[in-house]
Amino acid sequence: MRVALFSTCIVDAMYPKVAAATVSVLERLGHEVVFPQGQTCCSQMHVNSGYFDDAYPVVKTHVKAFSEWDFDVAVAPSGSCVASLGHQQPMIAERAGDTATATAAADLAARTFELSQFLIDICGITDAAEQLGSYFPEKVTFHASCHGMRLLRLGTRQEDLVRTVGGLEYTQIEDQDQCCGFGGTFSFKNADTSGAMVADKVQHIEETGASVCTGGDVSCLMNIGGALSRKESPVQTVHFAEILASTKENPLKVSGPVSVTAGGK
Amino acid sequence: MTATALGMPQVRHGVGNIFEHEPFPEYAKRELKNEQLRANLGFATHKIRTKRDAVTSELPDWQDLRTAGSMIKQQVMANLDTYLEEFERNFTAKGGHVHWARDAHEANEIALKLIQAEGVTEVNKIKSMATAETGLNEYLEEFGIHAIETDLAEEIVQLGDNDRPSHILVPAIHRNRTEIRDIFRRKIEGVNPNLSDDPAELAEASRFRLREKFLTNKVAISGVNFGIADTGTMTIVESEGNGRMCLTLPDTLITFMGVEKLLPTVQDLEVFTQLLPRSSTGERMNPYTSMWTGVTPGDGPQNLHVILMDNGRTAVLADQVGRQALNCIRCSACMNVCPVYERAGGHAYGSTYPGPIGAILSPQLGGIENEHNATLPFASSLCGACYDACPVKINIPDVLVHLRGKAVDAEKAQGEFAGGKKDPHYQMDAIMFGAKKLFSSGKLMGLATKGLPVSKLVTGKKHKISKLPGLVGGWTDYRDIPEPPSTSFRNQWKKERGAAPKRVGGSRVDVAALMEANKTKVAEAHAKAEAANPIIKEAQ
Repeated sequence: MRVALFSTCIVDAMYPKVAAATVSVLERLGHEVVFPQGQTCCSQMHVNSGYFDDAYPVVKTHVKAFSEWDFDVAVAPSGSCVASLGHQQPMIAERAGDTATATAAADLAARTFELSQFLIDICGITDAAEQLGSYFPEKVTFHASCHGMRLLRLGTRQEDLVRTVGGLEYTQIEDQDQCCGFGGTFSFKNADTSGAMVADKVQHIEETGASVCTGGDVSCLMNIGGALSRKESPVQTVHFAEILASTKENPLKVSGPVSVTAGGK
Repeated sequence: MTATALGMPQVRHGVGNIFEHEPFPEYAKRELKNEQLRANLGFATHKIRTKRDAVTSELPDWQDLRTAGSMIKQQVMANLDTYLEEFERNFTAKGGHVHWARDAHEANEIALKLIQAEGVTEVNKIKSMATAETGLNEYLEEFGIHAIETDLAEEIVQLGDNDRPSHILVPAIHRNRTEIRDIFRRKIEGVNPNLSDDPAELAEASRFRLREKFLTNKVAISGVNFGIADTGTMTIVESEGNGRMCLTLPDTLITFMGVEKLLPTVQDLEVFTQLLPRSSTGERMNPYTSMWTGVTPGDGPQNLHVILMDNGRTAVLADQVGRQALNCIRCSACMNVCPVYERAGGHAYGSTYPGPIGAILSPQLGGIENEHNATLPFASSLCGACYDACPVKINIPDVLVHLRGKAVDAEKAQGEFAGGKKDPHYQMDAIMFGAKKLFSSGKLMGLATKGLPVSKLVTGKKHKISKLPGLVGGWTDYRDIPEPPSTSFRNQWKKERGAAPKRVGGSRVDVAALMEANKTKVAEAHAKAEAANPIIKEAQ
């Protein structure tokens, strides 16, 4: 398949290693990956902050960027950004009176998939160790991000793929379905409430004794990781694509500054 | 008035306790420091949550019930004028008196006149959100009439000096047993001075006080859970039996009813009497369900009144997205699952209506431009737990976002920011403007992210950012930001793989067919995960 990578703005600028890991997994399965260079952001930050007028050119940019390319499906390492495409983009375009973009946005959203959805529902992957060669000998816990869980109804897809990674020991977090407190601009507009939420999340993560907390959205992981870092906790946060990309030959190193290098192909 | 001339109904917002009095973040910041509140809320909301999960998941048709509840309410809202007149006809035909109140103030005035006509100075009350909304107790007090709250938790709140409810189902959720014992020792006349904090003893002390009120007061005031249009029947569901006392013992019964409380027929109750207790207290059935239809000579109240109150509800109805907030049956499931409510508590929302439903109801009832109501729709991480819990499927996250848009528009219409460039709104505008410019062009993103290495100067040897200025400083109050990478993904990709053609032609893979072929894979992946790494559930 020809897969268009929708990296998401935060992965592109802050966690390029997650995009690299996603590419690595997709190419391991024999797919051709392309990256529409015109892409920027899903517009969710503007929409969820109430800046609907400002969101409109961002929606147009996204739709235009992907319409310039031929591809079978688009894939993103984020539940939240994928959910935003179908859930918000058509509404924003309609509101601006741009029916053509609204229709195109809905069509594009219908063939854009979150990574675990793509791997399981389209590629039929059910065992990461066996079918992807994933190997990550760490004690790992998992944070279920809200939008993947409640807007995309991903269920246990991401978590299940992680649990089938070779060498990995899995431990489940208390109150797994509770929000980590990120919520986009909520995290600084309601900083104290958000801070109280992430403090509880971090406590539950530390209670598991895991060395790594993974999840499907780097925004939540940046929140959790930032709070762990603040209390100088040794627990690291990594995106589940990085764990899937990690192999025996080319293992993922979890500590140190973020960089573009990821587990091997 | 142009709007009137065109035949368009004017939006009339309500008054009373439907306002946030200071910005939510500031209120919440103070409340977060209240350790007792945090502990009580955490304990209580988790307990109710667990009970609710158990009794909703045991019903095979729970999702169908939610859909039915939502559709019945939508039907009511779409034909509210017809149902209201039908209800008025039937309630009147059976001996009741109907009063119409445009707002909270009018509703209070009507109630006062009715009470004064009976010549009493004390009335009994069933816990009611509508009268909390109108501030009835305080209003009556000004005219020398004492309203006695007979719901145990409301009684605790009423007896506690300057206290107010913090939860619509468990109004005294912010109090612990010792505090309640102290309040009772101080405020209940003739109470055992050695009263302990044992729940049974506390309940007995309350019963001792209230029994006399039930048997002597001639007027009672109630709210209502459901009014039935085609029979004029009123329904109240409750747990303690104090409601039954108030509804049957007095001569005069005055009921406050928001105009949205109607159901078309008695049969519709089969849906709501299942939805409400399971969502609310996590019980299969509430202990008391009282229904009354008009006056029955020689039995129950002979002087029956209902005050139908708008107080901003038609303003809510005028908003196509926001009107679903009127479907609310006041079960409180949304606040029991809300991570923001759990931590900030009910008082932080200012209004009678706290939690997620309050965050969409108060700004609509009272106007988003009034007081600090515009901060309420932002008091959410948009996690969506409230939507999943709502028994009538109110899409609270979507309405929150819709109202955020209105808040921003209202704020832009104001023009100048009071705080100049330091004003949080100015900073937010600036952030959004910059992001819009950046996100409107992939090329610009590429250029901008070439500057990423510069940020290393900021992060220093610790490879993280620990302090940011202004509005975004809220982030670094609680968390670090990792050192940004030396290059963005797009620039790296362009350098390494920039040559791929955009157009390749050919037909697209049939994704739907692939998904059909793989439809068993989700269950298969889960089974393999269970086998590879079983989750051991420790006994709670």
